[in-house]
This record gives sequence, structure tokens and C-alpha cells, in this order.
Amino acid sequence: MLNVIWLVLLAAGIIVAAATGNIDAVTDAALKSARDAVQVCFDLIGVMALWLGIMRIAERGGMVQALARLLRPVMIRLFPGVPPRHPAMGAIILNLSANILGLGNAATPFGMRAMKNLQELNGGREEASTAMCTFLALNTSCITLLPATIIGVRLSYNSANPVEIVGPCIFATSISMVIAVSLDYWFRRFSRWRKP
Amino acid sequence: MLYSILTQVSRWAIPVLLLIIPLYGFFRKVPVYEAFVEGAQEGFATAVKIIPFLVGMLVAISVFRASGALELVSQVLAPVTSYIGAPPEILPLAFMRPLSGSAVLGLSAELMKVYGPDSFIGRLASVMQGTTDTTFFVLTIYFGAVGVKKFRYSVITGLTADISGFLAALYICHRIFG
Repeated sequence: MLNVIWLVLLAAGIIVAAATGNIDAVTDAALKSARDAVQVCFDLIGVMALWLGIMRIAERGGMVQALARLLRPVMIRLFPGVPPRHPAMGAIILNLSANILGLGNAATPFGMRAMKNLQELNGGREEASTAMCTFLALNTSCITLLPATIIGVRLSYNSANPVEIVGPCIFATSISMVIAVSLDYWFRRFSRWRKP
Repeated sequence: MLYSILTQVSRWAIPVLLLIIPLYGFFRKVPVYEAFVEGAQEGFATAVKIIPFLVGMLVAISVFRASGALELVSQVLAPVTSYIGAPPEILPLAFMRPLSGSAVLGLSAELMKVYGPDSFIGRLASVMQGTTDTTFFVLTIYFGAVGVKKFRYSVITGLTADISGFLAALYICHRIFG
């Protein structure tokens, strides 16, 4: 599916550009964004190292495990395939908490760490495990209490009330989270992708 | 009032975490600095591993945008989406939402510059910006970093969440700011 989407984006872009005489834009965009992508990853190195370092302290001190114990009733229902005391649970909780608080740069390292733990449980297979699918469903649709970036943008354009969008954001993310979690539940229980 | 609470929370969140966690670890007899370095070592390898996935995704997305294909798709679909109350100006944003976070930020900042942050379009763009994560970014880098190639139903779940987030944003903006 991703193969098709990727090809469509690329091919549609090039065909439209050729038809409208805008072909130079394709060359510029392709080369520039390839460079930007590496820049993004390099910027990520520092942030990743920082948060994974802090997370290790929290793990060794037992903080992550305490948090996981607190949320265990919810987590075992969402992730029946993951052993309740597995480190993946802690990483998933940290990732979702960072998302909820709008700390985007902390969310990514925790999320990658969670995926690594889940992949160990998955035995290194090339096919996503059910727990990974649930985690990503939660991760991409997660409720946001504090959309800090957009509040900043609104402020910089002199909005009379930069935070008036917080309530609507919470409403919209709640809806998308409920739908994503329900759909994921349906997929893993009843669809042709379910695992015995 | 709400605004000052929120800004204070986002100002203090990271410093407080950076203080509390090592302090707590220290009292639990964790060798804090060594533990930090040990954890941090993982960061480099992971970040380097996702480079090819990110290059692939960002190149396709930016070619699609820069070529004018995004504009074209938006124009074609405008009559349909006006029917459900979505202004045509907002469509490029809705399409980019699952693909690229930085593109979305650029587009919504642009809309706010042109129409003002307190216009209907500006408010709708803000709510959409704050709604759902960039599905493809998350899928490609998270799955890419651990070598998963078959995503099963994840793409469908993520896109459905994006669409429902968009519709919910549209609905609530009409109700509140209409």
C-alpha cells in the first residue's frame, strides 16, 4: 500500500509539472528535500540521545515501571499481546504522555524505543505485530491537551485569543482517537488480518 | 487566564522533567550520569537508521507539492468539499496533514498570514494543525527503524483517524466559530 502511495505522489507530481511547464520545480524540490531529510535526522540525534538518556535514568530508578503499574488495567486491554511487565509498556506510556502534553520532540525518541521493544517481542519479523498496529493507531490519533506549536504561530500573527482553539483541538483529537482505537480493535478481532 | 496557565505549563514541562527524573534516580541510588550516557548511546544509531526512509518520503511529498499537483487536486475536489462546509483554501492543508508535519505548519502559517488567525479559515487551520499526528511520517520512521516492511492495516487505521479528525475539526469550528 505504501508502495502505491509513494509512486502516486512522485508520478503525479512529475506528470503535472511536465504538463504545466513547471519541471524545474521537480528537480529543485527533489534535491532540496533529500538534503532536508538528512538534516531532520541529524537534528533528531541530539534530541534522541537526550530523552533516551533521561528515560534510562527513569527506568533504572523504577519510575517508568511505577507508571506502567499504575496504568496496567488500561494497557493490558489495549495490548493483550504484550506481557504486562514488559519494558515496551513503559515506553508506550511515555510516548503517549509526551504526545498528550504536546512535547513532540520527546515523543519521537520514546516511540522509537517502544517500537524497538515491540519488535523484540515480534521476533524481528518483517510483518508488523498486532501490538505495533495498536500503538501506531494510538500514536497517530492521540488526544492533544496542549497544541503548543500552533498556539505559538497564532500568537505571532497577533491573534486576539491564541488559545481559543485548545477546546476544539481536544474535541477533534478525542473523536479521532476513539475512532482509531475502535477501528484497530475491529481489525485485530474480526478482519482478515487478525492473528489467531 | 487559561492562556497563562498553558504557557507556564509548556515553559516549565521540560526543565521540571530534567530535574525530577535525575533527582529521583539519585535518591534511588542510580548512577545517574552513567545511566544517562548508556541510554543516550541508543539515540545515534536509531536516528541514522531512519535517514533512507525519511529521504524517500520527503522527496515524494515535496515533488508532489512543488509541481502544483497538490493545488490541482484541491481545485478538482473543491466543489465536493464545499458541500460539507470546508473552504477550498483549507484543502491543501487537509491533504498534507497525514504526510508532512513541517509542510502543514508552513501551510497553516501562510493561511493565518493571509486571512488572519481569528478568521474562520485561520481558526480551522489551527484546529487541524493541532489534530492527529502525521500518519506517514510516524509509520515510515517507526516501522523503518525496526525493519518492519508489512504494515498490515496500520495505514488504513491512521488515514481513517486523519479523516475523522478533519471532519471533527470542521464540525466543531462551524459550531463554535461558525
